[in-house]
Amino acid sequence: MPRYFTDEHEWIDVEGETATVGITDYAQEQLGDIVFVELPDVGATVDKGGEAAVVESVKAASDVYAPITGEVTETNSSLEDEPALVNTSPEEEGWFFRLTISDTGELEGLMDDKGYKTFVDSL
Amino acid sequence: MNAPNKSGWKPEMQVSEDGLHNGPSTTTGNRALMLEEPLIFEIGHAETTGVDLPEIDPGAPNRLGGFDRMDPIGLVGLTEPETVRHYTRLSRQNYGIDLGFFPLGSCTMKHNPRLNEKVARLPGFADIHPLQPVQTVQGALEVMNELAHWLLTLTGMHSVAMSLKAGAHGELCGILCIRAALEARGDAREVVLVPESAHGTNPATAAFANYRVENIPATPAGRVDLEALKARLGPDVAAVMITNPNTCGLFEPDLREISDAVHAAGGFVYCDGANFNAIVGRVRPGDLGVDAMHINLHKTFSTPHGGGGPGSGPVVLSEALAPFMPLPYTARTADGVVHLVEEEQADDFAREHFGGELSSFGRMTAFHGQMGMFTRALTYMLSHGADGLKQVAEDAVLNANYVLRSLEDILHAPFADSGPCMHEALFGDKDFGGGLSTLDLAKALIDEGYHPMTVYFPLVVHGAMLVEPTETESKASIDQFITAFRSVAERALAGDESMKQAPYYAPRRRLDETQAARKPKLAWQDPELSA
Amino acid sequence: MRYLPLTDTDRADMLAKIGANSIDDLFVDVPAVAQLDGPIRELPMHASEMAVERHMKARANKNLAAGDAPFFLGAGAYRHHVPASVDTVIQRGEFLTAYTPYQPEIAQGTLQMLFEFQSQVARLYGCVVANASMYDGSTACWEAVAMAGRVTRRHRAVLSGALHPHYSQVVKTMAQFTGDTIADAMPAIQTEPDNAGLISRIDEDTACVVVQYPDILGRIPDLTELADAAHAKGALLVVVNTEPVALGAIKSPGEMGADIVVGEGQSIGVGLQFGGPYLGLFAVRDPKHVRQMPGRLCGETTDAEGKRGFVLTLSAREQHIRREKATSNICTNSGLCALAFNVHMTLLGEKGLRELAAENHRLACIAADRLEKIPGVSLLNSAFFNEFTLQLGGKPARDVVRSLADRGVLGGVSLDRLYPGVAGLEDALLVAVTETATEEDIETLASELEGVLS
Repeated sequence: MPRYFTDEHEWIDVEGETATVGITDYAQEQLGDIVFVELPDVGATVDKGGEAAVVESVKAASDVYAPITGEVTETNSSLEDEPALVNTSPEEEGWFFRLTISDTGELEGLMDDKGYKTFVDSL
Repeated sequence: MNAPNKSGWKPEMQVSEDGLHNGPSTTTGNRALMLEEPLIFEIGHAETTGVDLPEIDPGAPNRLGGFDRMDPIGLVGLTEPETVRHYTRLSRQNYGIDLGFFPLGSCTMKHNPRLNEKVARLPGFADIHPLQPVQTVQGALEVMNELAHWLLTLTGMHSVAMSLKAGAHGELCGILCIRAALEARGDAREVVLVPESAHGTNPATAAFANYRVENIPATPAGRVDLEALKARLGPDVAAVMITNPNTCGLFEPDLREISDAVHAAGGFVYCDGANFNAIVGRVRPGDLGVDAMHINLHKTFSTPHGGGGPGSGPVVLSEALAPFMPLPYTARTADGVVHLVEEEQADDFAREHFGGELSSFGRMTAFHGQMGMFTRALTYMLSHGADGLKQVAEDAVLNANYVLRSLEDILHAPFADSGPCMHEALFGDKDFGGGLSTLDLAKALIDEGYHPMTVYFPLVVHGAMLVEPTETESKASIDQFITAFRSVAERALAGDESMKQAPYYAPRRRLDETQAARKPKLAWQDPELSA
Repeated sequence: MRYLPLTDTDRADMLAKIGANSIDDLFVDVPAVAQLDGPIRELPMHASEMAVERHMKARANKNLAAGDAPFFLGAGAYRHHVPASVDTVIQRGEFLTAYTPYQPEIAQGTLQMLFEFQSQVARLYGCVVANASMYDGSTACWEAVAMAGRVTRRHRAVLSGALHPHYSQVVKTMAQFTGDTIADAMPAIQTEPDNAGLISRIDEDTACVVVQYPDILGRIPDLTELADAAHAKGALLVVVNTEPVALGAIKSPGEMGADIVVGEGQSIGVGLQFGGPYLGLFAVRDPKHVRQMPGRLCGETTDAEGKRGFVLTLSAREQHIRREKATSNICTNSGLCALAFNVHMTLLGEKGLRELAAENHRLACIAADRLEKIPGVSLLNSAFFNEFTLQLGGKPARDVVRSLADRGVLGGVSLDRLYPGVAGLEDALLVAVTETATEEDIETLASELEGVLS
């Protein structure tokens, strides 16, 4: 299962036509204790680069952008009661939403694991 | 044993992990004058009351239409002595200007003269209804007019909308006037330009008025980048929102040129008047081409902040925006009578005062504004006079520069080379050791007996610390603060680990804000019911 | 100048430390065109405390204070007795001269008070969460409409014709700029609230229905019916209350199905003050809606030693963090008025509030019965709490109110003052009767009204 990364610090797992999206370990560390995650509606269409979710820490609110265009099929309801999952397991249990991929061509230009690591090191 | 109060204190808490809280623990959790106090719901009772009213007569006539409230409301009462003690104890867990130096930048925490409080409580002001026949409230309308006259004279502006409830409300009023004026000339514009260093209400206000917000960059000297601004102006820009003096504590020397450029491009200039205290009586914003500016009466004109309001935010307007101001307003006619201009008289008055129709964009609040703040602010103005207000600005600016020059050798002062500051001095957290932050320094200042300065604002300076001493501090008070600030700054630079746990001596240690936000408890729940 | 501690010696020493020759050196960034050459000439010079007090007192004395006349005005602002200890508490410098509690370790007094206040308001309204206050009832009403739009993602609000007209105007004014559609109406002068008419205007695009309880004419609408109708179309019910004392006698909006309850809290602790500062109350029934609320919220937490404490929380909704994406641009609210409400409500308690409400209703019933007997006067309401509408048989009520004032009686609010020039409303007079009116006052009003009408 290939995993891609964006320069907005989202990760995206692709499995067939479905993609799972979350924020990276680096992102959660920058944000600090996450207190709330606002997720998109199931059925909504999100556009590549458009606002899809919001993460709130005590002193900040940050937009999470859709890495690719698609229709939201599922959101991580565990985050409603336990937003801390984004801190403790950002790249697994703390996933945000799943969507059906409209155009696999949009995956081109996203970073792979190694590329993202280099990107983060450069920050 | 159980602690005999319910305030959350437990005997086993009296640990002294850091060796700083030596001394035996107390049975009550109190420490002499530092008194713990439970919630009213833990000490009051449904059947207790502190007022004497007639017993309810179950046989009395009832014309409530069958909507009687049968279930308990869930309120508790205390008798008067218990009430006074409860709130007196709570008050002692608060820091106020009356207690000490309160250098909260951009908030102008100056002394609140007590004459203002006395005047506001005169029954002729405090005990009149907003809808009384105007013949019975001429004195109140005169106060509004007199205050309006002072505001217009001090700002050099054309008209003033008085009804706005606070700064952000006034800001909204100003932007809505601009929107209405543009729409009246059939000019739909989409963008409001806001400097990066602006107060958060600026972008929030512009967004509310359906404008797209674009940031204007700052120069390295902490001012609006004039050339970048000019380059961005065009037929889509409705307004530029500028704070002057700005949130870095600096005067914007190019404001006149900015205004001319904005006007030439068909836009308007909104000035955030939050920092008017630095220039009151010395500089009139109207001379700088401003079209609209709110004035926080609770900052510059000393009406009390009251733990977060009430405020009052009259908006002064240029001649171009005046016809669009919200109703109601007051105006004096040639015969000396003061009128309250409400919806029905608006058109007639407009013909008389504006030489045309009034195109008011509407009404922003019930009734006429914060009368209780008007009486206080006018009392303050009359006390100071034109000479005293000028001295206010000068002393406020002098005090801030004194703070800046007394600390710039030890703390990073990003704009110290940009010339004098206005009423506030800005520092950053550069070179703090041991992973210490501005927050740690602020909490250490609490232990020294001070309310911290504004922290992490403006956003353009890392770990910003904005110090506004105001004019009502003595030199001795400021010197003492500088000594205390210097000592905590030295500790921060040296990486003093103990600061991470500060404050040690406040009524509470650091509070867990993450827990508060993750599992919000926003109202009291009876522990037996919620168990 | 009695408020300015610096001496000329201090100023000289400080300028020397700064390295400036004169104060003018500190204003070098101000362009010459904007530099004034001295104190502004059109304004007077400073004055003594005694002189200023004399000046202000002369203006106060030109007003007819409510306490100096039989007084029956309401329409969104009510005169109640405020116990002396309320003012004592709010004048404590630690409350009066504190700022918004951004440093919670040294603001527990304000924070605990706000937590108590939020709890009192939530209970009074039959809701789960109330915020730490808004500017006033009318702005809270608009914020409720805006919030309903965020929750339902719809942009049409249906306003009851019997909503306070200032509140309707505020909502309509704001909606012009946000692009929301507001369907409002004029009040129907009839005995019962026009629930059927209101329900017929709810459609599938409606974000919320806004109804006042008791309404501007003093009537008490059945909220359950409105809640059911709104919910059936996926809309929220917003209930506005301008007289919190009423909720000591009539059912809470929350228990009747309201989703958002807002109102004016001025009756409890704040006083008339010619219209401000007042106290906006804002509460929601469903905890899921909390993050869409405007304004500050105080929450419970613990400190590093495990002690209970309070903080401002969920701030990521607010302008200082969310900037252009905030739920509202509100910053300052009505903190000190919330304290006054909190103290007065604590003095009343459940027992006192119920007795206060009963006393208001008892006197209002006496007044309604007495005034209805005046030839040419009829009582519109079948149900009311402490305010009702009289019809004066075609006589313009605005003139009647002025004539009563000439006779030293503040007799009520004419509907024509609130709805100028609207046909059919000119002869209607709103009369509010609180515990501050005596039976003698009621008799004076009745006899003077009879005199004016004859």
